[in-house]
Amino acid sequence: MKQKIRIAAGQGFWGDLPDAPVRQVEGGPIDYLMLDYLAEVTMSIMQKQKARDPNAGYAKDFVPLMRRILPVCVERGIKVTANAGGVNVRGCADAVIQAARELGFAGKVRIGIVTGDDILSRLDDLLARGIELRNMDTDEPLSTVRDRIQSANAYLGAAPIVDALNQGAQILITGRATDTGLTLAPLIHEFGWASDDWNRLAAGTIAGHIIECGAQASGGNCQYEWRSIPNLADVGFPIVEASPDGTFVITKHERTGGWIIIPSIKEQLVYEMGDPHEYITPDCIADFTTIRLEYEGRDRVRIFGIEGRPATEFLKVSISYSAGYKAVGTLVYAWPDAYDKAQAADRILRTRLDRLGLKFDQVLTEFVGVSATHGPLAGKPGADIPEVQLRIGVRGQDKTEVERFTKEIAPLILTGPPAVTGFAGGRPKVEEIVAYWPALIPKEEITPVVEVLET
Amino acid sequence: MKVQLTRLAHARSGDKGDTANIGLIALRDESYPILVREVTAERVKQHFRGICHGEVERFELPNLGALNFLLHESLGGGGTLSLMTDAQGKTFSTALLRMEIEVTEQEAADLHG
Repeated sequence: MKQKIRIAAGQGFWGDLPDAPVRQVEGGPIDYLMLDYLAEVTMSIMQKQKARDPNAGYAKDFVPLMRRILPVCVERGIKVTANAGGVNVRGCADAVIQAARELGFAGKVRIGIVTGDDILSRLDDLLARGIELRNMDTDEPLSTVRDRIQSANAYLGAAPIVDALNQGAQILITGRATDTGLTLAPLIHEFGWASDDWNRLAAGTIAGHIIECGAQASGGNCQYEWRSIPNLADVGFPIVEASPDGTFVITKHERTGGWIIIPSIKEQLVYEMGDPHEYITPDCIADFTTIRLEYEGRDRVRIFGIEGRPATEFLKVSISYSAGYKAVGTLVYAWPDAYDKAQAADRILRTRLDRLGLKFDQVLTEFVGVSATHGPLAGKPGADIPEVQLRIGVRGQDKTEVERFTKEIAPLILTGPPAVTGFAGGRPKVEEIVAYWPALIPKEEITPVVEVLET
Repeated sequence: MKVQLTRLAHARSGDKGDTANIGLIALRDESYPILVREVTAERVKQHFRGICHGEVERFELPNLGALNFLLHESLGGGGTLSLMTDAQGKTFSTALLRMEIEVTEQEAADLHG
């Protein structure tokens, strides 16, 4: 057994720095590259793409990325774990296999795929059997949005990924797997951790939590002494260097920017943490109040002491449903009296919307430069504030009413308060809202399927 | 005497649905007990009046010198439903750091140490 495994984060979300994974595999020694592509509503976007094109429905960027890094990965024995498969894991795997063959790696790379997360076609059966899939936040039953559902996927944990790795998979592609599982699975596979070794499973889970947002652990979005952070232009993404005993070091490649310091790690630990005593994943419950941190050198923070508890009997399900339409329009008002002008324009616009009799679920006005982020906490702006952006958004069930709203923004330039600009982009775009419905499902309802494909 | 929280702590925030999650971290370990004493769930709820329309929960992490807050009903419906510029609650961190808290003269003097 290896005594150190290095897992490098390459994407904190779908759309993160394109070259980050390349730099992770080329910039120094690593054993695994971990790529997290799926945000909460990503599955519904992919479901729509697949409805239009049966070959689509996965993170398309993953294929050219693999084409680019596969030679280095094969040469150095680097394995990849990625939830890039979206709602078409097999389609994604086929495209990667095709790329591997074109690169001359036929028969030299094994692709592992994990499916079984997609429960869209089973929803009526589940509901009929009394599995209500109530919204975890609002407690509403799923029947309230049943006819508007676009995707439904259970979050799979590390276990099926471990299976695939044990069968010799080098490139591991999943659908809706937890981001932490993508880091935990290689550790279970390499170190042979038992499925009830709760402390170590919790340690691997927390390692995954720290690197799953990419550079947000290594200096990106770091408030602590932010002016002092070196060379963010060249920021190094984080790497977990794990030991069989469940302790690990967070580090990054040498000669990269950013920093790995205890405050940057603490900021990422508390990020979207919820109840720190109960960080629940399919694999275990991790207790964040047991985490210990210490410096082990420059850009090296050692993490130890982590305790965990048995996993729950449920898996989280992410369901997306169509929830109406929205549009947001903006205009910029300049000195003098910029804020007063923006407020006057808002009153005029709302009067016109009322007169048109448009019905919206919500109309929100924000004044960017005054209160858009901190609201009343920001206090009153100075009288000579140079400019204010008026930002008005509406949300409603009727697309034509939302479209009608978008025609009322530009006219304010010639029919409202003076010194206004910022309408180069044309009418606001009407967007369909695909909303997120988190629910729980008993674990025994979900059977992950693992396959290992030859190239 | 009063000092602004930004002198004692740094923070990061994000979302879970319509709930904003703010982690507040003491800049120095010695300041953590001051955060526990002063930055209560009630004070945070009061601080975010007009912004947070639900309950505020607080969790203590003495091992990190940190507090974690959940501000329910704060993000205009959350996720894709929200019309807010900051639908993900990313700037709630510094909004919390605006809070004025009460410290003793000795504690204030220590901040300069």
